[in-house]
Amino acid sequence: MAESIYRALRDGALEGELAPALTIKDSVASPFALQVFSHVISQLFSSILAGKSQSRGLVVVSFSRSPSFYLDLLKNKGTDVASSNKQIQILDCYSDPLGWKDQLAGSRNFTALSNEAMVSSNAIVFREVKHMDKLYNSIIELGKGLVGGGKIRFSIAIDSADEMLRHAPVSSVARLLSNLRSHDQISSIFWLLHSDLHEARVTAVLEYLSSIVASLEPSHQLANGQRGDLENFSLIKHNSKKGKFHVRFKKRNGRSEEVHIEQSGINFASLPSEGAINQGLVPKVQFSLQLSEKERIDKANVVLPFEHQGNGKPIQIYDGRRSLVDSKHERPVSAVENVQTNENCGSGEIIYYRDSDDEMPDSDEDPDDDLDI
Amino acid sequence: MNQRSSNLLDEALGLDQVIEPWPLRGRVVAIEDQVETSGSFVLHHLLKRSLSPNSSNVTIFIAFSQPFSHYDRILRKLGCNLVSQRDNSRFFFFDMLKLQCPDGDEGITPEGGLIALYGKIHKTISALPEISWKNVSIIIDDLSLMEVAANGSSDYVLDFLHYCRTLTSEFDCSLITLNHEDIYSSEDRPTFFIQMEYLADILIKAEPLATGLATDVHGQVPKCYSCFIVG
Repeated sequence: MAESIYRALRDGALEGELAPALTIKDSVASPFALQVFSHVISQLFSSILAGKSQSRGLVVVSFSRSPSFYLDLLKNKGTDVASSNKQIQILDCYSDPLGWKDQLAGSRNFTALSNEAMVSSNAIVFREVKHMDKLYNSIIELGKGLVGGGKIRFSIAIDSADEMLRHAPVSSVARLLSNLRSHDQISSIFWLLHSDLHEARVTAVLEYLSSIVASLEPSHQLANGQRGDLENFSLIKHNSKKGKFHVRFKKRNGRSEEVHIEQSGINFASLPSEGAINQGLVPKVQFSLQLSEKERIDKANVVLPFEHQGNGKPIQIYDGRRSLVDSKHERPVSAVENVQTNENCGSGEIIYYRDSDDEMPDSDEDPDDDLDI
Repeated sequence: MNQRSSNLLDEALGLDQVIEPWPLRGRVVAIEDQVETSGSFVLHHLLKRSLSPNSSNVTIFIAFSQPFSHYDRILRKLGCNLVSQRDNSRFFFFDMLKLQCPDGDEGITPEGGLIALYGKIHKTISALPEISWKNVSIIIDDLSLMEVAANGSSDYVLDFLHYCRTLTSEFDCSLITLNHEDIYSSEDRPTFFIQMEYLADILIKAEPLATGLATDVHGQVPKCYSCFIVG
């Protein structure tokens, strides 16, 4: 599933269609959205450098991490960031998002540091995060600065949508994202979101704007209000390194994968069967909660005492009296219900006598359907 | 028991080895507590470790909860003289007990409110020699009272905390905060509280024992690391 995401972002937008948009969603119980986001950035950027993606540049809009975090991330993946400033630019909404440093410098209560004033060739500081229109213009300008005008496209990574939603109403944020998706120079766009910071409707708005939603869930759900309980601590520790990664594409349903967070990076693996996961959670009691193989076979062989078995074959139940219709199609009958399909079946017998010939055979209809309460 | 639990805490935070450079540099540490079990002892312990005579660490203490005399009294019992540390410019105490942000402008003016406090912290750290920057700890006691001082505007407090966090990137210093879990437990969606959990690299929770009160054991402190290591 993770591969499908990379492919979708790499292949980018079709002419005349909206750019693919990915929401990476997590919660406090499984807070790995940043790791997944960073992983997607490094994968996409590698494709851009190798010329394998539709997009020719990447604009990272960073709210919750400093630009140097992303530059170090790419450097550690082996990318020569210094020479790739024509392929990546960072709109720095982290260092001074509200212009406080500017205001303080103006009132002489502040000394800007010399290294702070240094403008990195890869990052531009943005100081008006409450104004989504200005943010939109800055993103587009930065992207066009990377790839030029015309038909060449670039991708956008936003970290994070939560900060945008904190500074601006959801309608403005939705408009920004929608306009970005519709811009004919945007190849793909993705953002991260902490779902427990917002009302359900806000999360829903962002999901509606996405063509792909990747959710991170804990491997083991904890009971409410028991996060600090020491008995759950081993589960918390387990959840701190692993989680479930579920991806949903607009056009089709995705599958779930397991995600492992390690010091060296992130790994995705198919989920083992549910039984194996839950094995450790089955309580140890003195009676057996599972069925053995023989019991399972015997259970499958039990014939239910209904007139039909749901397999499309009509079953005749002898009711002890021959009706006029049946007498024409006489066949050897016995006083035993003739519904046994398996000759090796056990010795159960059901003898059923109808009350009258007028009685209709049992049907699936609910006899109370015509009640009008 | 206190001595042993202090050592376990030190071990968990990497404070049992050398403390220079400060092991928590560049990190945000959030301490969460409840009425039944106060987390202040963790703050006091970290303050004592930071001001250890074997190091040249500097602490900037932002107090919304108690006056200087309260911390001085407690740290004396732990063997640390805050007055002399303050005189030696190793301990900076910002008394915020009387801070009341002006209504309505939410600190738009840099003269008052949390913007000015941020400016003061930045100026204090900048004035230190560059080599000391990564040994600086900013301690805030506590966030719920900061929210009160900001007239209940949690957004304004979050903005301030964001700027404090930029200090950890800029100077490689550490930020240690204390917040009370049960104040927010009645909310359907305790956004401010959860925001702090996302912001923190290290989360320390002080909570009562499942078995209830005891005379010699006051509570338990599970610690969760949430640390993204690049490389």
